[in-house]
Amino acid sequence: MSIILDHVSHIYEEGTAMEYAALKDINLVIPDGQFIGLIGHTGSGKSTLVQHLNGLLVPTKGNIYYNGEDIHDSGYNKKELRSKVGLVFQYPEHQLFEIDVFSDVCFGPKNLGLDKKETELRAYAALKQVGLEDEYFYQSPFDLSGGQKRRVAIAGVLAMKPEVLILDEPTAGLDPKGRDEILDQVAKLREETGMTVILVSHSMEDVAKYVDRIIVMNKGEVMFDNEPKEVFRHYKELEQVGLAAPQVTYIMQALKAAGLAVDTDITNIEEAKAAIIQALKLQR
Amino acid sequence: MGIIKTKDLVFEYIRRDEEGNVEGISRAVDEVNIDVEKGDFVAILGHNGSGKSTLAKHINAILYPTEGTVWVDGKDTANEEFLWEIRQEAGMVFQNPDNQIIGQVVEEDVGFGPENLGVPTREIWERVEESLKAVGMYEFRKHSPNKLSGGQKQRVSIAGVIAMHPKCIILDEPTAMLDPNGRKEVIRAVRALNDVEGITVILITHYMEEIIHANKVFVMDKGRIAMEGTPREIFSQVEKLKELRLDVPQVTLLAHELRKSGLNIPEGILTTQELVKALGL
Repeated sequence: MSIILDHVSHIYEEGTAMEYAALKDINLVIPDGQFIGLIGHTGSGKSTLVQHLNGLLVPTKGNIYYNGEDIHDSGYNKKELRSKVGLVFQYPEHQLFEIDVFSDVCFGPKNLGLDKKETELRAYAALKQVGLEDEYFYQSPFDLSGGQKRRVAIAGVLAMKPEVLILDEPTAGLDPKGRDEILDQVAKLREETGMTVILVSHSMEDVAKYVDRIIVMNKGEVMFDNEPKEVFRHYKELEQVGLAAPQVTYIMQALKAAGLAVDTDITNIEEAKAAIIQALKLQR
Repeated sequence: MGIIKTKDLVFEYIRRDEEGNVEGISRAVDEVNIDVEKGDFVAILGHNGSGKSTLAKHINAILYPTEGTVWVDGKDTANEEFLWEIRQEAGMVFQNPDNQIIGQVVEEDVGFGPENLGVPTREIWERVEESLKAVGMYEFRKHSPNKLSGGQKQRVSIAGVIAMHPKCIILDEPTAMLDPNGRKEVIRAVRALNDVEGITVILITHYMEEIIHANKVFVMDKGRIAMEGTPREIFSQVEKLKELRLDVPQVTLLAHELRKSGLNIPEGILTTQELVKALGL
């Protein structure tokens, strides 16, 4: 089971003077259970791409298959697709509206036509999954902290029991601890449920720490699609398109240039620490 | 007295229920005393809800103290007579560039502030030119702002503030919504304003590596100043920062981890070059 994008192009305002190709001939296979990082500078086509995955945007050319079925075939159940492919937008807390946290999370499953009991069970499970304490359930969502609001918004999507969870910059504006908490929670969730997670992010450090595959978008095309180490090896090309490698990768390069025999493909602190200690031992 | 000074500053929000009855009072800023010298580059760190933005909004008189006093360039912000002078002297840049740009063309947007101050037309254009040059956006002066990248838009917002000829500029998470390149562009522009133009900068951010060039850092927690010092002094306290829901730059963390495993490295390493040197390479 998977999502397949087959020669997908998307042109905004085609045939007018404002015509703009946001996606150009994208071919991707997203198998079940992967944790994918989607990166690219502002305007590279990331958001346009993710809005195709649950059918919010229709490709100008090409086809999108979810579990083998073309999602734009007549008769395809798009409502079900949208519950299976959950999209959490940027600043999702702006979409909270109910009088208390629990009702807000119930909104999605209720609209799926589920009965009250099932709706409430799901809302409860979803709030537990994002790590929100019971004491907040009957508070107004607007009285919560930024990180808590965001968890409630994510829970609202989880309550639909999606098979694929897409998060568009879920940590923007959160403090460092809040960033780690949200992403740790998502990683744990994915381990427990086996769901596919697509993380759109501007933080190379976060992407390097969590995902097992990175897709780099540039000018509407897929520039790189590989495991993090392989992608960050191209740091010079990434810089040219407004991105970068994680800071620790640059540190390793500087150490190597200064004569320490370390691997420069390292993308996280733990690996860096081990490699430096090892190299220093060998040097003595 | 420095350009910005607060004395025993307290700010309380009154929480009300749907009928407007008072439910309680939250103290967002609690007895804060800071003194910022002219030309300083000051960073304010703190977790979400620690009171940073509330403090910042006192500096250009968007909020007034519940108790205590704030002076900007010697003027008490609670004195309505000084309101417009203070707003012109202390400019503010917010997180989302899309909420701050109103002009159809970049140069018109930048000229909006001085025009409202009643600056003569010829001088407006001079100010627009120098401001756009200061943030490296002069070549985009005829562009439409909505075609720019996030980093470019944010630099236009900053130019709009500089065109008011402020003595001080307050940036409240200006890079939170930007990609890595946009972040670099904005921080570079802010540092240039401080170094070259001598404008006092107050930068609020959640990105630790953006503040290593600040000459003073305040860390807020529960409305109070929890830590105060140079970036090196602050980032030497990795565990304490983590308790306050913050972090340190990756190079500082790596150095700290290496030190914990027995290597002879000082705390508070701020740059890769310092780490290379500390390892004796």
